[in-house]
Amino acid sequence: MKGKPIASIVSAGLSRFGKLEGLYAREIFAEAAKEAYERCPNLNPKKDIKALFIGHMGESYEHQGHTGATAADWAGLMNISATRTEAACSSSGAALRAGIFAVLSGLCDVVMVGGVEKMTHRSTPEVTEFLAMASDFPFEQWHGITFPGLFALMATAHMHKYGTTEMQLAHVAVKNHYNGSLNPKAHMQKQITIETALSSRVIAWPLKLYDCSLITDGASCLILTKPELAKKYTDTPVHIIGSGQASDTIGIYEREDFTSLTAAKLAAQQAYKMAGLKPEDIDVAEVHDCFTIAEIIAYEDLGFCKPGEGGHLAENGETALNGKIPVNTSGGLKAKGHPVGATGTAQAYEIYLQLTGQAQKRQVKDAEVGLTHNVGGSGATATVHIYMRC
Amino acid sequence: MSEQVPFTIEQFYKHMLQGKFMGGKCKKCGKIHLPPRPLCDNCFSKEFEWVELPKNGKLLTYTIIHVAPPQFQGMAPYAVGIVQLENGVKIPGMIKGIALEKIKIGTSLTLDFGTCAATQEWPKWPRYYFKPA
Ligand SMILES: [Zn+2]
Repeated sequence: MKGKPIASIVSAGLSRFGKLEGLYAREIFAEAAKEAYERCPNLNPKKDIKALFIGHMGESYEHQGHTGATAADWAGLMNISATRTEAACSSSGAALRAGIFAVLSGLCDVVMVGGVEKMTHRSTPEVTEFLAMASDFPFEQWHGITFPGLFALMATAHMHKYGTTEMQLAHVAVKNHYNGSLNPKAHMQKQITIETALSSRVIAWPLKLYDCSLITDGASCLILTKPELAKKYTDTPVHIIGSGQASDTIGIYEREDFTSLTAAKLAAQQAYKMAGLKPEDIDVAEVHDCFTIAEIIAYEDLGFCKPGEGGHLAENGETALNGKIPVNTSGGLKAKGHPVGATGTAQAYEIYLQLTGQAQKRQVKDAEVGLTHNVGGSGATATVHIYMRC
Repeated sequence: MSEQVPFTIEQFYKHMLQGKFMGGKCKKCGKIHLPPRPLCDNCFSKEFEWVELPKNGKLLTYTIIHVAPPQFQGMAPYAVGIVQLENGVKIPGMIKGIALEKIKIGTSLTLDFGTCAATQEWPKWPRYYFKPA
């Protein structure tokens, strides 16, 4: 028995992803908003949209905070209720959930949710420092542990406990780059080989350059409404039928286990329960592959396989486009790119395309049920959403 | 007397400057907090006592950082890991005094205060590290 819709997506927009020189975050967000307006001629944005929730992680990049009001203004939504949500890399996953709260409460009929980040104008050491702010300062950053370093700590533990290999990690990178090569909006649209991935320079051993997601500029947005109003705006809405969010210790050193993310498991349990679905019911998923090891852990936390089997799932091609459960058809954070604040709703954008048959060369045939898994920082926040074709 | 000293992260590092490695023990439920906290997350008690933490432990997991933030760039590549102390408490830190390729999960390590000088700038904390036991 599938759960009932809690909110419906009637339109979605995504800016180009990549190195967008000379653009400011608010201008990139306007690009995503414009696509969402154009997809939905029945929507009168100025009249209908009553609130904006926007994910944005760092004001350091552009010396600019107060993203809610700024983004609403540039999206042509002057004077509406506009709020920024911040949960590190899960900032727009949290925005989506805030939008669901607004619609489900009855307070708003139509809201926009989205996210943005402008990163590429900064040097790699600067970005490394800004991203690390999502982790614990007094014990992790203070002792030189970088953001890739935290996921490397998980990778070392996963390899030790389950025998996961660097080759299996490379398979995730090769798959996501292949998918990215089919996505005209992806930051990297070129395929790579296992050898390229394995021989790339070390960032935080055992993670190498091709185990890491990209530093990318981009924005994404969705238009949400109450399920009973969805058909007023479009014939092909996508319903949200499950939503979960959970948190965990900010320092990973305080956790029981370094081979899975408790917040992601709890968020997934909430979403599955609300949707009345099981992992085997999911046709297509976008998961948070900030690092290749994170995608392998995601398979396990979402129940696509048993703990410890994630590496095999990648190696056997079961999560490839033509596999049993296609994961990251967009190219994921790895190839589509990871403009941190934009990622959560960019994942939802891909699922929206998949469930409305608009994913072109990377379309999963007869996809009816989709899932997004968005992790903040090193797992102190996770949001999971489940979507169903109308 | 020591009970009046606030159970904070700041105080943890102040103890380090005095050559002491201390955690906060909840007087009600017995949980040892590292870092110390003013409110027990387990039982909500606000009553703690300072306890000395064991310096020896085993390495639970580690990584070798090659791309470092600006202030650590001169040290890269360097090893960092999470150590489980003999009383079960876990703490992350740098690992020094051992060839990078010799580091393994399970390696016995001991905490060293190093020169234990506080940084000039905020937050004016020292940096401990781990070395082979
Ligand atoms: Zn207690």
